[in-house]
Amino acid sequence: MSQNFEHSGTSWKGQRLKHDESMVDRLDPRVRIIVVSIFALAVVLSHDFYVLLLGLVSAVATAVIAQLNFKRTLRRVIAMDMFMIFLILMLPFTTPGEALFSIAGLPASKEGLLHALMIALKANAVVFALLALIGTMSAATLGHAMAHLRVPDKLVHLLLFTVRYLDVIGQEYKRMRRAMQARAFVMTVSKHTWRSVGYLIGMLLVHSLERSERIMDAMKCRGYKGQFYLMDDMVLQRQDYLFMMLSVPFFLLLIGLNFI
Amino acid sequence: MTVLIETRGLSYRYPRRGEVLNEIDFKLEAGDRVALTGSNGAGKTTLLHLLVGLKKAKAGEIHAFGAQRREEKEFVEVRARAGFLFQDPDDQLFCPTVLEDVAFGPLNLGKARDEAMQLAHQALVSVGLEGFEERVTHQLSGGEKRMVTLASVLAMEPEVLLLDEPSNALDTKARWRLINILQELPQAMIIISHDDDFLDHLANRWVRLEDAKLFEDRRMIVPELRAVTV
Repeated sequence: MSQNFEHSGTSWKGQRLKHDESMVDRLDPRVRIIVVSIFALAVVLSHDFYVLLLGLVSAVATAVIAQLNFKRTLRRVIAMDMFMIFLILMLPFTTPGEALFSIAGLPASKEGLLHALMIALKANAVVFALLALIGTMSAATLGHAMAHLRVPDKLVHLLLFTVRYLDVIGQEYKRMRRAMQARAFVMTVSKHTWRSVGYLIGMLLVHSLERSERIMDAMKCRGYKGQFYLMDDMVLQRQDYLFMMLSVPFFLLLIGLNFI
Repeated sequence: MTVLIETRGLSYRYPRRGEVLNEIDFKLEAGDRVALTGSNGAGKTTLLHLLVGLKKAKAGEIHAFGAQRREEKEFVEVRARAGFLFQDPDDQLFCPTVLEDVAFGPLNLGKARDEAMQLAHQALVSVGLEGFEERVTHQLSGGEKRMVTLASVLAMEPEVLLLDEPSNALDTKARWRLINILQELPQAMIIISHDDDFLDHLANRWVRLEDAKLFEDRRMIVPELRAVTV
């Protein structure tokens, strides 16, 4: 349990998904964000199986073009699927409708099954597209692109600070955890464990708060007046325009199919 | 000699820790490299924080760069001219990449982007980190982090350096590099450290905080050694 927490919570260092250089990397980050957003919206709002299948196929194709590392990508997609698996398993039994089969006297409805399938398709299509287009840039680039797209400063800073300090806080957690282990602490189901873990989390919060104060001081010392400056110019290139021109008919098709 | 920073009757107390600074009179002059020593919790860091207005003094005056400084607004200029190196480099490096972090100070001082970039680049070269511009800050080693923080302070072209335990957690090689770089710098400095050898290489004046008072001398605090019979 604690190992899982350590992994999912703190192993991410704001780095891009492992992949070989590809065409996708040459595209402007802003264009990638916009295209993914439209794609996600179009897919999530669709209620047609063909649209969803087309969405999933094109998302996977983009992932292939982006040269994503197969194993790592799959691991992330499965991690996301695990979140939904209960929902998908439960839906057929909780949605009223035409009974398809029954398990232990509980009927599974056809409508529920289709609904569950649709959700799974939507989620996977969006995640593949995200991993291919957004996952291939570092979090810092993402933050800057968002700032260039006029996303509110506060959100961008929140993202960039999270990226920067997740690792530091994660290491603090690991350090304290190890210090506990060094004094023969073993997690069990007992009052002592609960109290100790409570202290651990409380201490982590206190440390983080103190650190944030020190960071603020350090920023003030360097003349911070509430404003950040973007260092990189983002200029649209030929391939960006080409990509956008390809995306527009694709989106029209994706959305249009819903109404046929 | 020009007096850069001066305190008169400066006092500070913490709610629970009690008095840590009691009527401190101190002058920092151009060319001074002051070693500020004292035991843990003696108030060394507190004193530096007071000098740049990160904490508010309970009593006393602070004069810096030719004017008395009382309010936050007045301290903004002090911070621009007195570069502060924090104890933990992780507190200071908050930008994703090295170049952004080093350019953060100059940009805040109102420098144009190209000029800020150039200052940042120069500062990185001066601490021997040429080519580190695009590196990700949290993936640097401890020694590299320390040098980047120094570069980020130097990029603001300060007149005074306030160094809070700069040699902490550095390996021998990084420590020597730091000593060499600091020796070459023209700025007046206040250096907090528990590393006497480090201070020996840099300081030309020693002050000591003890019992909330500042003493202008150097006393080696050597605990009584007792012969251990086996």
